[in-house]
Amino acid sequence: MSQATAANATVDTAPLKRQKRNRVLLQLACLAVSLFMLVPIYLISLAALSTRESLNKFPLSLLPTSFSLETLNAFLGSTGVFGALGNSLIVGVGTLLLSALIGVPAGYALARFAFPGKEPYQLFLLFTRALPIVVLSVPLARLFLTVDIYDTTYGVILLHTALALPTTILISASVFLGVPHDVEEAARVFGCSPFSAFMRVVMPMALPGIAAASIFTFVMSWNEVLGASILTLDHRTLPAQVLTSLADSPLAYRFAGGFALVIPSIIFIAFMRRYLTNMWGSTIR
Amino acid sequence: MADITISNLVKTYPGGTERATDDVSLHIADGSFTVLLGPSGCGKTTLLRMLAGLELPDSGAVSIGGRDVTYLPPNKRNISMVFQSYAVFPHRSVRYNIGFGLQMAKVPKEQIDKKVQWAADLLQLTPYLDRLPAKLSGGQRQRVAVARAIVVDADVLLMDEPLSNLDALLRLNFRSELKKIVQDLGTTTVYVTHDQSEALSLGDQVAVMRKGRIAQLGDPLDVYDAPSDRFVGGFIGSPPMNFVDAAVTPDGELVVGDQRLMAPSLLRSFGNHNIVLGVRAENVSVAKDRESGYIAATVLVVEPMGSTILLTVDVEGQTLKVQAPPSFRTAPHQTIWLGFSPNTMRFYDRETSMALEAN
Repeated sequence: MSQATAANATVDTAPLKRQKRNRVLLQLACLAVSLFMLVPIYLISLAALSTRESLNKFPLSLLPTSFSLETLNAFLGSTGVFGALGNSLIVGVGTLLLSALIGVPAGYALARFAFPGKEPYQLFLLFTRALPIVVLSVPLARLFLTVDIYDTTYGVILLHTALALPTTILISASVFLGVPHDVEEAARVFGCSPFSAFMRVVMPMALPGIAAASIFTFVMSWNEVLGASILTLDHRTLPAQVLTSLADSPLAYRFAGGFALVIPSIIFIAFMRRYLTNMWGSTIR
Repeated sequence: MADITISNLVKTYPGGTERATDDVSLHIADGSFTVLLGPSGCGKTTLLRMLAGLELPDSGAVSIGGRDVTYLPPNKRNISMVFQSYAVFPHRSVRYNIGFGLQMAKVPKEQIDKKVQWAADLLQLTPYLDRLPAKLSGGQRQRVAVARAIVVDADVLLMDEPLSNLDALLRLNFRSELKKIVQDLGTTTVYVTHDQSEALSLGDQVAVMRKGRIAQLGDPLDVYDAPSDRFVGGFIGSPPMNFVDAAVTPDGELVVGDQRLMAPSLLRSFGNHNIVLGVRAENVSVAKDRESGYIAATVLVVEPMGSTILLTVDVEGQTLKVQAPPSFRTAPHQTIWLGFSPNTMRFYDRETSMALEAN
């Protein structure tokens, strides 16, 4: 008994308390960052799903009291929006596929082979991102006019692919570096040609990482406004469409537009994230 | 099944200046178990990878079963391999992993199932067949890698330090299991290791490598008993062979410092030479009192090992490790007496470090 109290008296609990306090502070910081992201999304969703009248009331209700699809319907029904949504999807998926088609093999080459000029090549890749999109887009618009793909989704896909390739290549290179070389060699020993070893073993193992790269590509393409506005007139992507009509549209339209822009990329990220973590029962190593 | 002939194989890695393998020639008999043993960087893994086709030599030739395979890709060689890091395919089930080679060879499905079942039974993997490798322990993963390697009907089975990632106890158990499996299989096997006890216990023939060359090739016991040079003797055995500077008098007596030893007749032809005496710890007999032909030594360290006591002793300023029976009682600073039997002593040239042969 006396021994136990003696032991208690000498234990310094200050470090433990400090640890607990730091943990609470960390949680609070996480909460603050999350709120910073979530509150605007919530407010936009709220406004987009409310009736027109409730938006003009004061004070504004912060709880969904007057749920209605009227605003959103009006937005989707207005000219060009539905087509623009389609265009955005085509451009997003097209960019994703094209940049994967070019970027994944390039990333593999960077990861696996030593070739002259490898370092400069990696640096050179980033040059496209160093130029402002406007500087890229205007000459491109001229070029596209001459080859007759101006104002088409193809043109925008090409621009977005060019913008996405550096990240696709560098991300997939690091993903391929994470796939052990001897697994590939094992596939070769047990009868695979270099190509089938890549398709059967390396690619499936790299897929979660490639998926991460493609999330990035899709969201980049979905959100890119400037290039898409310059390169198209009648076949605008959604952000370009919303941007052009934003200034002279009612408040409700703006909220609905914002909502329509945010939701698809959130859904896409949520979908890919599940795919990422559920790949083979473990996250990316 | 097939024999392997390696002739004058030279390989230098890009950017490297030293040869990873330096003019290596080796014949591996059909159905034999050959161990390539050596410290890291000695070229043993490079040699194995050239057998597998994962590296291509600069010059020289490799033939398997009489067929030249020097520059053939791995999938055209009909080989099978166990990797050090297991290299199982993490995205597929154990069943798929084991059957992979057969599937690539387009073996009918029923036959694949049968062989996979056989290998799984043999390696106690049956309960795990439908699991992913991530859910297995390291030992089980290595079993999967071995199962994958033995189901294919390969000419040659290559193993690259397959036990080195397992913990000590598991390694010991799996070693004997592996030996039995390979014996029953009868496939020509080449096994790379840096662990001399694995080499001695597994191999029909051991090739000790150093700096890209084969230092000694032979039966494991020969390599252990009669190392062809100081490097081999110092690398094989635990503790490694003792080397003591000694001299031969003109009349053929062996002298260590000021003490005389019984010398084998072999030494007569090396009268008046400075030599190195090599002797294994277990071949030195110890005594507390002076016996004829024994030399004096001072005990430095006493390490009881259970079945023996390992003594580190000082003889005329040179350090030796000797084994004493567990009942032997001694303490540091005491003087004990060491006896050497002539037929367990080995002699090496002091300059070349090569074994001396009677001539």
